[in-house]
Amino acid sequence: MMLRDETLMVLGEVIEERDIVVAVYQSLFDWMEIKPRDLNYVATGAMGQASSHGLGLALANPERRVFVFDGDGSLLMNLGTLATIGEAAPENLYHLVFANGTYEVNGGHPVPGGKNIDFATIAKACGYPHAFRFSSLQKMQGMLTEIISCKGPVFMALDIEPGKNYPWKYDYIHSPEARDRFRSALNREA
Amino acid sequence: MTPLEYPSGKQIIRQLQMAGIRFVVSLPDIVTSSGLLWPIARNNDFELIRVCKEDEGVSICAAMSYNGTRAVLLMQQTGLMDSLNSIRAIAMDYQLPVVMMVGLQGKEPESMPKQSSVYGVRIIPSVLEAMSVPFSLIQEPSDSFTIQGRIESCYADSKPHVFLIGRTPVE
Repeated sequence: MMLRDETLMVLGEVIEERDIVVAVYQSLFDWMEIKPRDLNYVATGAMGQASSHGLGLALANPERRVFVFDGDGSLLMNLGTLATIGEAAPENLYHLVFANGTYEVNGGHPVPGGKNIDFATIAKACGYPHAFRFSSLQKMQGMLTEIISCKGPVFMALDIEPGKNYPWKYDYIHSPEARDRFRSALNREA
Repeated sequence: MTPLEYPSGKQIIRQLQMAGIRFVVSLPDIVTSSGLLWPIARNNDFELIRVCKEDEGVSICAAMSYNGTRAVLLMQQTGLMDSLNSIRAIAMDYQLPVVMMVGLQGKEPESMPKQSSVYGVRIIPSVLEAMSVPFSLIQEPSDSFTIQGRIESCYADSKPHVFLIGRTPVE
């Protein structure tokens, strides 16, 4: 079993200062509390677009690693992104999907396909050279260093359960302040 | 009656180069296919990113802009319509410089977009006006010479711009 916040805490141990993290919805709200940092990219605007923002960031910043913490509902809304990323093939992109089978912040309604969709297999078929699926935090933790040493794009599907719920900060993620903070950090540290 | 003149694809591409455009993000559009997209695909000055859906392109171009990397999204008006929520959120609400070139498929070459007999074409200017998205028409050859300046303004002012391609660019 993988609780989302515990999974994010483990991932936080391998995120380096120069890395960019693009996260969405509950994963984003959890991440902002667990690992607040200037290079958290919080303004993805429209549902489903996280990985497309991640691709743009990865191509424009090839010297940085870009991690996308996507949701299953979000990815289903933009599934073609997997083929786009597979073809563009940025070596610095790590695309993680937190799959809980629901639209959690929209009332917990099930996503089409529920927990049955094998996103890792789809990603592999779309051209990601490395794709993994985990339902055990211990197993993921044991392989994490090896996985992120692979050249991207790397895909990880994480079958998670909600952990502790962190506050929803919609006002902040859509604010000019959030975008300015990221932009300043990106260009300051270039 | 004076024969119609068509914009030059080479001139449009030159304007993109002069504006510092490095990435072209695209879905094919028959209006711009032979005069723009195929020459761009063969041009090593650009990196071409083929996307599956146009709203991906809005996000890609917006994300690239954070470190000043310049990009243009090339698509058809049907893709523009399909991307309106992304344009609303990312280009307008977030005030990011997303540059779009949109082929008006089905528009009569002699007419202005709002006078087109094609519903899907004639509503486009009104839709963009309703959303306050800045746009301009590339129809006559001389219109092409405005492209560089408008792109420079987009990045200077951090705002989007839509170029509506009203006549098929010639190679």
